[in-house]
Amino acid sequence: MVAYPTDVIAELERKANLIRSHVIRMTRSAGSGHPGGSLSSTDIISALFFKVMNHRSSDPNWEDRDRFVLSKGHAAPAYYAALAESGYFPIDELSTLRKLNSRLQGHPSKNKLPGVEMSTGSLGQGLSVANGMALAAKLDRKTHRIYCICGDGEMQSGQIWEAAMLGAHFELDNVTAFVDRNMLQIDGPTEKIMSIEPLADKWKAFGWHVIEIDGHDMRQILDACDRAKETRGKPTMVIAHTVKGKGVSFMENALSFHGKPPNEEESKKALKELGGDQ
Amino acid sequence: MNWKYASQRKEYGRALIELGKMRKDVVVLDADLSGSTRTADFAKEFPEHFFNCGIAEQNMMGTAAGFAASGKVVYASSFAIFATGRCWDQIRQSIAYPKLNVKICATHAGITVGGDGASHQTGEDVALMRTLPNMTVVVPADAQETYKTTKAFADWPGPCYMRMGRLDFPVITDTDTPFKIGKGTLLREGNDITLIGCGNMVSRCLEAAEALEKRKISAQVINMSSIKPLDEALIEEAAKRTGGIVTAEEHNIVSGLGCAVSCFLAEHVPTPLKRVGLMDTFGESGEGEELMRKYGLTADKIIEAADEVVKRR
Repeated sequence: MVAYPTDVIAELERKANLIRSHVIRMTRSAGSGHPGGSLSSTDIISALFFKVMNHRSSDPNWEDRDRFVLSKGHAAPAYYAALAESGYFPIDELSTLRKLNSRLQGHPSKNKLPGVEMSTGSLGQGLSVANGMALAAKLDRKTHRIYCICGDGEMQSGQIWEAAMLGAHFELDNVTAFVDRNMLQIDGPTEKIMSIEPLADKWKAFGWHVIEIDGHDMRQILDACDRAKETRGKPTMVIAHTVKGKGVSFMENALSFHGKPPNEEESKKALKELGGDQ
Repeated sequence: MNWKYASQRKEYGRALIELGKMRKDVVVLDADLSGSTRTADFAKEFPEHFFNCGIAEQNMMGTAAGFAASGKVVYASSFAIFATGRCWDQIRQSIAYPKLNVKICATHAGITVGGDGASHQTGEDVALMRTLPNMTVVVPADAQETYKTTKAFADWPGPCYMRMGRLDFPVITDTDTPFKIGKGTLLREGNDITLIGCGNMVSRCLEAAEALEKRKISAQVINMSSIKPLDEALIEEAAKRTGGIVTAEEHNIVSGLGCAVSCFLAEHVPTPLKRVGLMDTFGESGEGEELMRKYGLTADKIIEAADEVVKRR
């Protein structure tokens, strides 16, 4: 395993914090959106965009780039912030989220914004798309990888398990997928609405290489990506245990912030906590 | 009329093989019906480019989208009801919205599926696909046109839907008959009424026109295989020339070819019109031709409609 230097980890954590500040400002400015699930995915998204994935903002369609599919499309604010911070479009544009004529649609739209690989939003579909990209890469004898982040509520969709079968059947070891296991969905705790446990056992039974990590620990995220890369013959599902609203004390584990932005006062408080209130 | 018959599905398989020989970017997906859809013909020649996704059409469409997002031209096949109804949201979200190069080529459309009954038949697929932005919809009239459509799709950017039947269709076109997506074909000229059909109803339109001629009603016949984009210029010309229209399709009269033609005419050239098709009903088990008769998908029904429209002109 690679021993990542402390300064690399610290820089990624700093970037993740920056993304969190963007998420707060963006959803506040939009007056709608999904801060909770964006903040729970932020560390994974940051690790992928700022360290793990090979990609070029100057050449978004570079043939050999790693691909990223945000199956939980409602985490778009964190995704857009990472794209902007990677140089795909001006950071100023983040404030246009969800507004008329913006390229930053409420859920990602492939043909509107550079860097967005796939339109998502209707849940349960992204992993199938990632599989298709992985099959295409194998057909073309390419070595780039496909990354995908699913929500835990999405695990209730039948299509996810169809994709689970296909990924294992075609031995798509070029797929690294994540479940953002923040335990909450719109109507309440996943285990109360429609139980998805035992999740790791399910993915193992479907033939996937399963890793469980703390989805807010940069070293664990990087380590999981490295282990996925070294795995042959099966795709990897990283079950990332996360906290909805992570990073903002009063948003953590708060169901109310699934699909509701912070108000002015909450936004100020959140930015202060994140140290991003400049 | 004495028709020769030929299989659309067989021509689909043949066209796929030719595409496979011509270009490296073609991949074909199926959902456990490859023997029936004839994608198995392609699979035999190009096993590396064929992917059986099992009985999971939603996942097949998502996988197709991923392939297309990686630069492939993807043909995805199943029975028409499963290829459209089962996975409509997947087609909408992952294919039509991002405008990806996925060609949904479905067989066993309409009621001529026969014995399997209503679960496997569909009079709704054209409606479902036609309402999707970015989607192209073609209903070939016979085997030869199926071949041409399959080939044309490869060079036509964006999502496409092609509808095929299970039974052999009367041969009405040959290799030289012009075919272009977005264009209809005037098969027979006339002055009193225009019969606009698609799929296997085009042959019935021709039969009806011949019978009408014996009664001194001069009917022209248009093969409107391209439902979207619709050949509006040809429809307008026909409406102006004949002043009356009958549409015919092996599909629900709700939101199929008849509705496409009606909407255009109502907005631009209000013209008396009658739709022949499935009267907002499900089918049932039976032989294909028996079902066509029972559900009024016949030349006689077209003639009846033509008489009514001629009176209303």
